[in-house]
Amino acid sequence: MTITLTVNGSPRTLDCEVHHSLLEVLRDRLGLTGTKECCGEGECGACTVLLNGRAVNACLVLAVECDGEAVRTVEGLAADGHLDPLQQAFVDTAAVQCGFCIPGMIVAAHYLLSTNPCPSVEEIKDGLAGNLCRCAGYSRIVSAVRMAAEKGQGQD
Amino acid sequence: LGSEPRTGTGVRPLYARPESLDELFDLLRAHPAARLLAGGTDLLVRLRKGSGMPPALVDLKRVAELSNRVVRTGNVIRIGARAVLTDIAAETPIREQFPALVEATLVVGSVQIRNRATIAGNICNASPAADTTPALIAYDACVTLISRGQSRTLPVEQFVAGPGRTLLAPGEIVASIDLPVPAEHTGSAFGRLTRRHGVDLAIVNLCCVVRESGSARFAFGAVGPRPFAVNTRQDAPLGELATYARPISDLRAGADYRLAMVPVLARRTLNTAVSRMQAPGSR
Repeated sequence: MTITLTVNGSPRTLDCEVHHSLLEVLRDRLGLTGTKECCGEGECGACTVLLNGRAVNACLVLAVECDGEAVRTVEGLAADGHLDPLQQAFVDTAAVQCGFCIPGMIVAAHYLLSTNPCPSVEEIKDGLAGNLCRCAGYSRIVSAVRMAAEKGQGQD
Repeated sequence: LGSEPRTGTGVRPLYARPESLDELFDLLRAHPAARLLAGGTDLLVRLRKGSGMPPALVDLKRVAELSNRVVRTGNVIRIGARAVLTDIAAETPIREQFPALVEATLVVGSVQIRNRATIAGNICNASPAADTTPALIAYDACVTLISRGQSRTLPVEQFVAGPGRTLLAPGEIVASIDLPVPAEHTGSAFGRLTRRHGVDLAIVNLCCVVRESGSARFAFGAVGPRPFAVNTRQDAPLGELATYARPISDLRAGADYRLAMVPVLARRTLNTAVSRMQAPGSR
């Protein structure tokens, strides 16, 4: 099937099979390997992307469902070569250990701040409950999101 | 979903995204083995895990007549078939009238799942451990099913017929879920036991609705082949509730533990429901 979707602001047209997930198309067809594949069944959040502005698991969305829709991946957050405040907060708080979960964490946190610009610690934990970090770096991840919220991320 | 589709026929699966009910019913007639796709959060996991691709996937997300909103009409609050859990939990009529449904909705999966999953899909998946189903049953929700030129309405408690099984007939789809606004002052609460807080299925879940007349209606999940309701009184001994449960042992908990937790969780949830009913300003 031929589909056209907007990825990080640019329209992309490609052929894909019905059984291809959005995740497979992003990584294997569009070369956007920031979005990670891990559990493949919506448990871990490593493949979190924004679909029409909402955080979803790209492994549980078929690429054909995205025909005509807008997808934003972790690659689409930085502008003009500068990290956005949330990404910078992950660096500044040393929230990144092995790094595998971080793209999904950052996209999920980005969505959280877009819906709730000043979340409490409990709200941050709830907002990231669908993202697993096997390094168990959760407390610094929560600190990073708090720092970004204090710097006004999400209020734009 | 994996490298190759496993339709078993060598034929490529069809994906269709009808924009009207007319188009949808045509597709269902032409492809009787088609699977309906709404949020896909259960279906795609199942397809990936081995059942393979069906010959046709019919996506409901663009069918104009199916609503993605919650609308109040008279004494009924109607949840459209395309409404996703995140939106349902944020709707004022649901928050005001059915707080336990909000609680049940917000423990399903994760934010990412709730942004995609529909409540109609949750009842059609008919998992014995579904979280929204006990809340819908406790609130006496009905489901409206439509096929070409026909419509029928059933209590959700009947509609979910067994594990993975519903009373949906071939060519029929869920159009809406209808919640009657209680005529009497009520209190309600949702309770759930899990090993971890996020992305886990319930060991036991239940919803309790109490009324000023002294009645208590419980609906239980994860302790039988399908969720079920028990009508009793607020002052009745809760130990006998376990006699209605037929739990299995699985990786989440043993049957004995589940049985032992039925009255415990029932007591906690009843207490919360009663205190909400009695709270000042709850009217």
